[in-house]
Amino acid sequence: MAQVLPDERELRRVIGDGDTIADGEVEGLGEQELVDLYRSMVVLRTYDERSVVYHRQGRIGTYAIFWNHEAMQAGSVYALDRDDWVFPSYRESAIGLLRGMPVETVLSWWRGHPSGWWNPLDYNVASICVPIGTHVPHAVGLAWGKKLRGEKTVAVAYFGDGATSEGAFHEGANFAGVMKAPAILFCNNNQWAISTPVSAQTAAETLADKAVGYGMPGVRVDGGDVLAVYEATREAVERARAGDGPTFIEALSYRAAPHATADDPSAYIDMERVEEERQNECLGRYARYLWRIGVLTDELEEQIRGEALQAMKDGIAAAEAEPSADPELVFRHAYVNPPPSLSEDLAELKRVLGNE
Amino acid sequence: MSEKTLVEAINECFHVELERDDSVMVMGEDVGRAGGVFRATAGLRDRFGPDRCVDTPLAEAGILGSAIGLCMAGWRPVCEMQYDAFSYPCLDQLITHVGRYRWRTGGAMEFPLTIRMPYGGGVRAPELHDDSPETYYVHTPGVKVAIPSTPADAKGLLAAAIREPDPVVILEPKLHYRTMRGEVPDGEHVTPLGKARVAREGSDVTLVAYGSMVPLSEQAADELAGEASVEVLDLRSLKPLDEDALLASAAKTGRVVIVQEAPRVAGFGAEIAAILAEKAILDLRSPVLRVTGYDVPYPYWQIEDAYMPSVERVTDAVRKLLRF
Ligand SMILES: Cc1ncc(C[n+]2csc(CCOP(=O)(O)OP(=O)(O)O)c2C)c(N)n1
Ligand SMILES: [Mg+2]
Repeated sequence: MAQVLPDERELRRVIGDGDTIADGEVEGLGEQELVDLYRSMVVLRTYDERSVVYHRQGRIGTYAIFWNHEAMQAGSVYALDRDDWVFPSYRESAIGLLRGMPVETVLSWWRGHPSGWWNPLDYNVASICVPIGTHVPHAVGLAWGKKLRGEKTVAVAYFGDGATSEGAFHEGANFAGVMKAPAILFCNNNQWAISTPVSAQTAAETLADKAVGYGMPGVRVDGGDVLAVYEATREAVERARAGDGPTFIEALSYRAAPHATADDPSAYIDMERVEEERQNECLGRYARYLWRIGVLTDELEEQIRGEALQAMKDGIAAAEAEPSADPELVFRHAYVNPPPSLSEDLAELKRVLGNE
Repeated sequence: MSEKTLVEAINECFHVELERDDSVMVMGEDVGRAGGVFRATAGLRDRFGPDRCVDTPLAEAGILGSAIGLCMAGWRPVCEMQYDAFSYPCLDQLITHVGRYRWRTGGAMEFPLTIRMPYGGGVRAPELHDDSPETYYVHTPGVKVAIPSTPADAKGLLAAAIREPDPVVILEPKLHYRTMRGEVPDGEHVTPLGKARVAREGSDVTLVAYGSMVPLSEQAADELAGEASVEVLDLRSLKPLDEDALLASAAKTGRVVIVQEAPRVAGFGAEIAAILAEKAILDLRSPVLRVTGYDVPYPYWQIEDAYMPSVERVTDAVRKLLRF
């Protein structure tokens, strides 16, 4: 039976601190790959920072900030094949950008516009899951179903530390173990569920300990270290493809921003700690690493940031250029064969709105 | 009396009831340190301690299931579900246990627990922050349901629920948490379950509503001024239901429109219509109409106004009845 080995309680790290902790290396990652990873992180960071601004400007609605979560998202997705599936929570709302989803699609989702709802089959990215932990069994079901069909697809479910308290997480994890599903349960342990610290969420020493009860390996990784996340995920993918079943990955990080734009964390978080974490945020850590090994230059950095910023400018322009949504859409898509009463309702609505 | 917002009235109720009865405790996600994401439980943890205002793990079934056991140990738990649609994981416990346990003990035990949650749409929020789930609750035998529409009732109905020996679910119109202000009695204030309120007197047609549909119905009544004299009946409590008030108003006006935000099929409006068909048919001068949400998932917010019952849809229904 798979177990959390004692040494796996240690956080895996690759990136050093440029001082006493030496940098490691990940086999198979050349300069191009390292830059790709950097680009992914910049795309996400730019998306996030611009979104907070757009929210303040009233151009998008309430928004769940993922600042300092980019290493977890970019590192893990980079370890997947294009055929593998991603099941995001609201915290990974923009993860589809790493699969070629247009910026305006994600922005539209946060604008409450129907053009923000994508076809998961276009990207192998499932819909954003809002009710905590409920998508864990979905990812497990997809992985299991692909296995039954003889395909080598892996599915990753992303969820938070708080989600590990929900029944759906436990039932999904158990199914994953029992069905030997090629699934990865990726826990973004940012140590807060809105105002609830992880210490009030579980009495377990680590979240990775949860894996033991479901007969799968639990791995702990520094969630601010994109290379460590990549490596841990790659190993989990290899295990899954080899038929060895699921892995639970606990990526330890810190929520260094409000839960969402509507939240004021100063009421419950020690803001000094937040400031410390902000100094050590994941993109800066990776950039400094790339500088140390001589991969990043001012020119390259500027170019990548410039491209990401331009994509956001184009994206918000495209989202705002969407024609306002047709109220008729209220009645669409819930059924393949809608009950006749829906067309009566639509006719009534059109008459009342004077659109008939 | 003092003027308060709806959510301030709820908060005051908690302070009064926790002081009054030391077996009352509050539990839920983010209710303690943060005082609730809408601040309904603000100040309770500081005043009454972390055992009487408990930040629970993120698990709605766990919250409600453990509340059953807490009742058995002599507590009166008030469980917060952070949002309407996030209460759904608790439905398993609600249906299989909360509504049945007393019955199962041959009436020997009481389960004086309260579940409360913000509900309803119109708040421009992402998916699943907008539901009107009253039907799931009211359909469960053994469970009572109340829905306030004013700050005073938000305080009074919550107090009634906390003191009630049966399990009660309170749905609070989040759209009006901070935007609606009203006079609220100071200190202890109880609005009995099962007593409707005539929010506005009229003689031509009755609008039956609850929660956030009450102010909307009053707007519709304003709109119709000069055309029809509209009575607005605020049910306040769906179970127990004030049938006397419903039948009296139907007898007086002879025309009834039910306004409900939840999807139509088998919604609470259908129950009202059925009662009118059973007990008021000879008083009615026209069919009973429903203005409701549609039988679709609550839409993305840019088109939520097309889903929500609107003043236009209500006045349209009233005019239909007047022409009948
Ligand atoms: C079933 C359910 N209950 C409650 C909520 C409200 N809610 C939204 S985010 C959140 C905290 C989630 O914390 P965590 O799982 O750690 O993820 P994070 O937000 O930190 O990424 C809560 C309680 C929800 N969305 N779904
Ligand atoms: Mg968290």
